[in-house]
Amino acid sequence: MDLAINPFSSGTRLRDMIRSIRACKTAAEERAVVRRECAAIRAAISEDDQDYRHRNMAKLMFIHMLGYPTHFGQMECLKLIAAAGFPEKRIGYLGLMLLLDERQEVLMLVTNSLKQDLNHSNQFIVGLALCALGNICSAEMARDLAPEVERLLQSRDPNTKKKAALCSIRIVRKVPDLAENFMGSAASLLKEKHHGVLLSTVQLCTELCKASNDALEYLRKSCLEGLVRILRDVSNSSYAPEYEVAGITDPFLHIRVLKLMRTLGQGDADCSEYINDILAQVATKTESNKNAGNAILYECVETIMGIEATSGLRVLAINILGRFLSNRDNNIRYVALNMLMKAIAIDTQAVQRHRATILECVKDADVSIRKRALELVYLLVNDTNVKPLTKELVDYLEVSDQDFKEDLTARICSIVEKFSQDKLWYLDQMFRVLSLAGNYVKDDVWHTLIVLMSNASELQGYSVRSLYKAFQSCGEQESLVRVAVWCIGEYGEMLVNNISMLNVEEPITVTESDAVDAVELALKRYSADVTTRAMCLVALLKLSSRFPPTSERIKEIVVQNKGNTVLELQQRSIEFSSIIQRHQSIKSSLLERMPVLDQTNYLVKRAASTQATVLSVKSAPAVTPGGPLKLPNGVAKPPAAPLADLLDLSSDDPPVTTSVPTTAPNDFLQDLLGIGLIDSSPTGGAPSASTDILMDLLSIGSSPVQNGPPTSNFSPLGKAETKSVPVTPQVVDLLDGLSSNENAAYPTITAFQSATLRITFSFKKQPGKPQETTINATFTNLTTSTFTDFIFQAAVPKFIQLQLDPASSSALPASGNGLVTQSLSVTNNQHGQKPLAMRIRVSYKVNGEDRLEQGQISNFPAGL
Amino acid sequence: MIHFALLISRQGKVRLTKWYTPYPQKQRSKVIKEVSTLILARGPKLCNFVDWQGCRVVYKRYASLYFCMCIDPADNELETLQIIHHFVEILDRYFGNVCELDLIFNFHKAYFILDEILIAGELQESNKKAVLRLVTAQDSLVEAAKEEASSLSKIIAQATK
Repeated sequence: MDLAINPFSSGTRLRDMIRSIRACKTAAEERAVVRRECAAIRAAISEDDQDYRHRNMAKLMFIHMLGYPTHFGQMECLKLIAAAGFPEKRIGYLGLMLLLDERQEVLMLVTNSLKQDLNHSNQFIVGLALCALGNICSAEMARDLAPEVERLLQSRDPNTKKKAALCSIRIVRKVPDLAENFMGSAASLLKEKHHGVLLSTVQLCTELCKASNDALEYLRKSCLEGLVRILRDVSNSSYAPEYEVAGITDPFLHIRVLKLMRTLGQGDADCSEYINDILAQVATKTESNKNAGNAILYECVETIMGIEATSGLRVLAINILGRFLSNRDNNIRYVALNMLMKAIAIDTQAVQRHRATILECVKDADVSIRKRALELVYLLVNDTNVKPLTKELVDYLEVSDQDFKEDLTARICSIVEKFSQDKLWYLDQMFRVLSLAGNYVKDDVWHTLIVLMSNASELQGYSVRSLYKAFQSCGEQESLVRVAVWCIGEYGEMLVNNISMLNVEEPITVTESDAVDAVELALKRYSADVTTRAMCLVALLKLSSRFPPTSERIKEIVVQNKGNTVLELQQRSIEFSSIIQRHQSIKSSLLERMPVLDQTNYLVKRAASTQATVLSVKSAPAVTPGGPLKLPNGVAKPPAAPLADLLDLSSDDPPVTTSVPTTAPNDFLQDLLGIGLIDSSPTGGAPSASTDILMDLLSIGSSPVQNGPPTSNFSPLGKAETKSVPVTPQVVDLLDGLSSNENAAYPTITAFQSATLRITFSFKKQPGKPQETTINATFTNLTTSTFTDFIFQAAVPKFIQLQLDPASSSALPASGNGLVTQSLSVTNNQHGQKPLAMRIRVSYKVNGEDRLEQGQISNFPAGL
Repeated sequence: MIHFALLISRQGKVRLTKWYTPYPQKQRSKVIKEVSTLILARGPKLCNFVDWQGCRVVYKRYASLYFCMCIDPADNELETLQIIHHFVEILDRYFGNVCELDLIFNFHKAYFILDEILIAGELQESNKKAVLRLVTAQDSLVEAAKEEASSLSKIIAQATK
């Protein structure tokens, strides 16, 4: 592409630029062309080239449309607007509207030019200024220029009037206080004949009513008559080719007048009565075979619903909606559903009559219609129709689109929960939903289900058997698996022995080992999800107590997770196998069924789930008292009193409830032990939301369980305390079975110290991996000024691999008032032959000034 | 009110954007991306309305172009559809059998026409001929100014020969 054919031209013509951009085959080529053009335009701007300014502006607009930055052209808009000629102004205003929005300060600079142009003698230039003002003015500009616009409403030219009226809408939207200034002129403009002026003025009146009550009252009195006349004229008018759309004269004016009538008639019986007749006329006479006619009918129905209409008129409106609903045009059905949602507040019975049709719409091929219909069905559900409606929805769930299942599931669950007087029905529906769309069921929904089952003792047997059957056929639905596994764990004996059979049930034959099989299957095959697998482990543990003969087998299954990389599972596996193996005496009481969960309490808490977050935040600092160490085999200085913490944590609730091993899927056990596994930030941030809810679930059982062992030694921890190393009682016991030599403590060292900074290292090793060391570096500021942009870097010899985690903060408070920690993972590939060695560099800023400190660390403890 | 009007091609290229509600520049491209993916994915026989972020997008396809307008949920969707059609008919009369290329090379003309139809997101003129008259009158003003400039430069050129 050759630039500058004409030596005086700045670049190419607009048409050529568009052509060359369109000729680009790749995005990179396009970027290159745009870059070249932008460079040329920038050059022209800096030379203050006047001849091609408007061409450059047009180019910039095109480039802007392609999504490239064009802010450098903003000032050019202002220059063009300030120019004298019409062509410059026209393109300048267009650029202003396109390249700027009202938030940009450049816009303030244009106020003066706008003021001049609003007073220009050429009506087209006035029109340009009004259009720009109407599209992008800010509140400040609105205040400054409102008097000009007010004056232009009285102009002789109808085109100026209509533009001024619309511009006033924007002004009133920005500054509602100005509404009263416009209402007089607006009312008088309604007497005009020009449709453009009428259309704009009617819209202005609607806006004024929204902005000010005074204006609403004023317009009710002064313009209702005029409006009725306009509507009558336009709907009775003979053929008017200029305004005709599909056989109707000016549907736009129809609609805007109807809308204003709604605003005026709302809550005002006199006004409503005054317009009843004309509304009836429009509703009956308008042809409904084309979109334009339907648009008018739609607006008319909405107005009838919105005002204090007579009952006859309302019947008319509902009938129109009924016709719409059975229309084959999707658009018409969509708006009908929309309208019915508003009609439901006025006449529920009338809407209920269309229930069957609405249900059909839920199954429509079009997602927009389905969503509307589903919302409407949700509003239609009441005590009498809930069962058939739910059945329809659940049946449809089976065949619906994947994308729609989430919405549908949420709605069904919500309906079922809302109308759950009949518990058996509720359970049946929930089981079906879980089987059909368990992957879409939200956590709080199945938590509620569990709480309810826990309360319905007569239905627990039925529940566990139904879930067992459902699990056999639909094991891929996550939530179903979780609920089923929980129930099998809790109510396993009811499953096997067919306890508390209902009349509707057929007995099933499930052996003890079948039940264990099911949980094992869930653990192994279906789920990669930690929560589900953790729940499976708890269920297995419980089954080992319910069915003592299977205990050996369960132990084998549980033990398989001993080496799991997810600490949660590893820990459960090791603890549980220790319980099965060595604590037979307390096992049965330890693995009692969960105490009945407090339903009302749970529902209250679920509603205020924000409070749950507060609770967990509150407990978090207590669990990890400031120490940087989190991992169980961390050695240097474990939190002194984990058992005290455990009691501390549960002090809000009766402590014994926590002794029941639970189905808490997340980190509850870890939390009890003061081990924050998942979050590694030093403050121990709030656990995830699902944990909160389950923490709640656990803390709900407010009736203390008296048959649990005494608190002082209720867990294996307490018992084991005597035989373990005093400093780390819980840790060693949990991990016993592992060689404890590898857990030998390494002393914490001061790795680096200068006049300004101290760095200490503490060390941890993973058992079985002597080469790997996790170093926890703690930085202390010894000066009296804060360090910012703190960066710690380290270098190691080739035989060592180093990985740095992010530091806890980049600011280090003065005088040791706070610490920054950072962990480093080091792998010594020549472990035992060569010791660790490291060079470090620390950079930071003090009062904005860069500082750098370096050092070598050679005092690592032996054996790393 | 109409919050914004968008013209996008079937390939998702933007042919016209007009914002009546202030969106910061960064958000504009996000909006365009979201709305166009939403609309381009829809099949031919579905309804012309999509719910989007609490608003409603009314769209209609004409040949290779999608005309979209975003309105409040309380607005009349069917009327908005009619406004789109109104705009298209005027474009068609102005360009004489309008096609996508007309709107690419004369995008500024499309904007001028839209500015005679909508201001502040509200409808300005329901008379198609009136809109055309106003746009052509302004076009001829521009032409006149151009001719004047070129005759002036000829005079200057001759005088300085």
